[in-house]
Amino acid sequence: SLLYYGYYSNVTLNDPCAFSPNGSACPLAVPYNMPLAYMFSVGVSFLVTCVLLMYSMSHSFGESYRVGGSVGDLAVRVFCAWDFKVIQRRSVKLQCENICTQLKELLAEQRSRSHSLSLCQCLRHTAVLFLAWALSLGTVLGCVLAVHYFSEHMHAVRQDHQARASGRWQQEAILLVLPLMVSLLNVLMPHLYNLLGMWEKHDSPVAEVYVAIDLILKMVVLGLLCYQWLSRSVICSTEECWETCVGQDLYRFVVMDFIFTLLDTLFGELVWRLILEKRLKRKQRPEFDIARNVLELIYGQTLTWLGVLFAPLLPAVQTLKLLLLFYIKKTSLMQNCQSPSKPWQASHMSTIFITLLCFPFFLGAAVFLSYTIWSVQPSETCGPFQGMETIYISGKTWVQVLEKSNPNITWFTWVHHHLLENAFLLFFVSGILLAVIYFNIQVVRGQWRIIHLLKEQIANEGEDKKFLIQKLHSIYEQKER
Amino acid sequence: MGGSASLLPQEVLSEYQELTFLSKQEILLAYKRFSELLPKEGRENACSARVPKSQILTLPELRANPFQHRICRVFSTSDNRDDSMSFEDFLDMLSVFSDSATLDIKSHYAFRIFDFNDDGILDKKDLKKLVNCLTGQGKESQLSNTEMEQLIKNILEESDIDKDGTINLSEFQHVISRSPDFASSFKIVL
Repeated sequence: SLLYYGYYSNVTLNDPCAFSPNGSACPLAVPYNMPLAYMFSVGVSFLVTCVLLMYSMSHSFGESYRVGGSVGDLAVRVFCAWDFKVIQRRSVKLQCENICTQLKELLAEQRSRSHSLSLCQCLRHTAVLFLAWALSLGTVLGCVLAVHYFSEHMHAVRQDHQARASGRWQQEAILLVLPLMVSLLNVLMPHLYNLLGMWEKHDSPVAEVYVAIDLILKMVVLGLLCYQWLSRSVICSTEECWETCVGQDLYRFVVMDFIFTLLDTLFGELVWRLILEKRLKRKQRPEFDIARNVLELIYGQTLTWLGVLFAPLLPAVQTLKLLLLFYIKKTSLMQNCQSPSKPWQASHMSTIFITLLCFPFFLGAAVFLSYTIWSVQPSETCGPFQGMETIYISGKTWVQVLEKSNPNITWFTWVHHHLLENAFLLFFVSGILLAVIYFNIQVVRGQWRIIHLLKEQIANEGEDKKFLIQKLHSIYEQKER
Repeated sequence: MGGSASLLPQEVLSEYQELTFLSKQEILLAYKRFSELLPKEGRENACSARVPKSQILTLPELRANPFQHRICRVFSTSDNRDDSMSFEDFLDMLSVFSDSATLDIKSHYAFRIFDFNDDGILDKKDLKKLVNCLTGQGKESQLSNTEMEQLIKNILEESDIDKDGTINLSEFQHVISRSPDFASSFKIVL
């Protein structure tokens, strides 16, 4: 169907010269070269996404980073704590309680830091941290191995069913099991990590550790799935048109992710709130975990980026899914949840999440895409790149055709040959980038030093002022006598 | 909207728009809400009437705010210190708390609101009252004496640059400039 790679053909549509091969004048029609269009639209959309991500990352980083800002932020938190937009009495009371809790926690943390820990406590603290990391990484490894063996098992089952020629619905259901399992893991493991975090609250290697572990889990599972799709040893090994098969698989993953996010909202928020209120009779509602929800969004978006080459209409599906998710989550949030108890520094956290979106996930998708375009052989019988060695070859042949047809634009081919295919340019650009970064780091260091000196100067001037005022007082008193 | 627009003449409206950070719709909405606070007979010349503090505090935006008394004191220009507000005082307040006010203005007025004894500096007593306002009036939610001492000591250490034991306006503005979220939290929208 239109959704997948295999629908698109490798002909040049609407080619005016196709019917007059004798060199006579071609009728006025605009030809549409399908392979080029396909490759360029995917490439350009990735480039635009990259530019937008870089821009938004630098913008939010600029807003949230302050030179000399790590002095300690208790004063900042106290002065900027109150949100004047809150007007309901119950929310005001909640805000007061939150502020009180935060201040008490910060003060307690500071007190415990200033007391030098005895050796025993230090060892215990390190042991707990080590245990937490070991346990979490162990679970990640376990999940990844489970996914690997499970997919092999499903492959065997599917071949078995194909041999027995069982019904189409059964075969479809078998194909759905792996996405189901991966989505289930993605939804359950963060809840498990939250529970672990609550259990160790007092000594607390903090909640950020568990966000990091969740992130690592998603990255490694996606990496394993990408490897399986590209090597085609377990998935789509018998298909002729493997790109369509991979596209279908990705589409199943996106849909399963959507279904499981809905189920998670339903059970994690609505049902949990009902249980808390009716059975356990507690007044507290479940907290809305912003970090977990953002990571789920990032995971869904990465699936779309991975699938753009194989299922070109996947972004449309993703847009629809995001619209629905937004309104459903918003309703559920208003009805069922309360705000998190830890302070949420909005601009600081959004910088972190945009950086996360860009660095492991977008970069990984871009690497996957580049590898597919540069090195993987497309299938022989379907799609716009049938019969070529790699997808990239079509771009190259186009440039050569261009060169032959119009001798006036040899500069374009020269640019293409020397810039895009030459590795030297890449090193040169990286070198310049590194130099700029080093320069900026030195500037920031210099500014730090100046701030420090100026602070000392102000303190000294305060002392001078006090001294002079005292002198003035003593002289005045002497004069009075 | 049509009714209240006819009560506020166009030149006055544009003058207010020039002098404050508010847009025309916001000024008209403020006029409507302000005249609702007046008794029925006084609504005709709402521009020159003064609304007593008790009426101002019935506004939902100020009703539950722990800084309500300080806000009325800072923005009121009444001569006999009864914290009553005229329409222009009300617009002043909304302008400072609006979306388009600059960080400078907001931090200046935040300093005046937090300065409980109106002496132009934030000393230990002001800071103590500020923290008590933030943590609420309940007995359990207030900080103990030792915690309060520790907190105030830390605040002064971090923000008092000339080491005189108090925080003046420039030091306060320097602290505020380190928080990117201040402008969006120091906002009241009708």
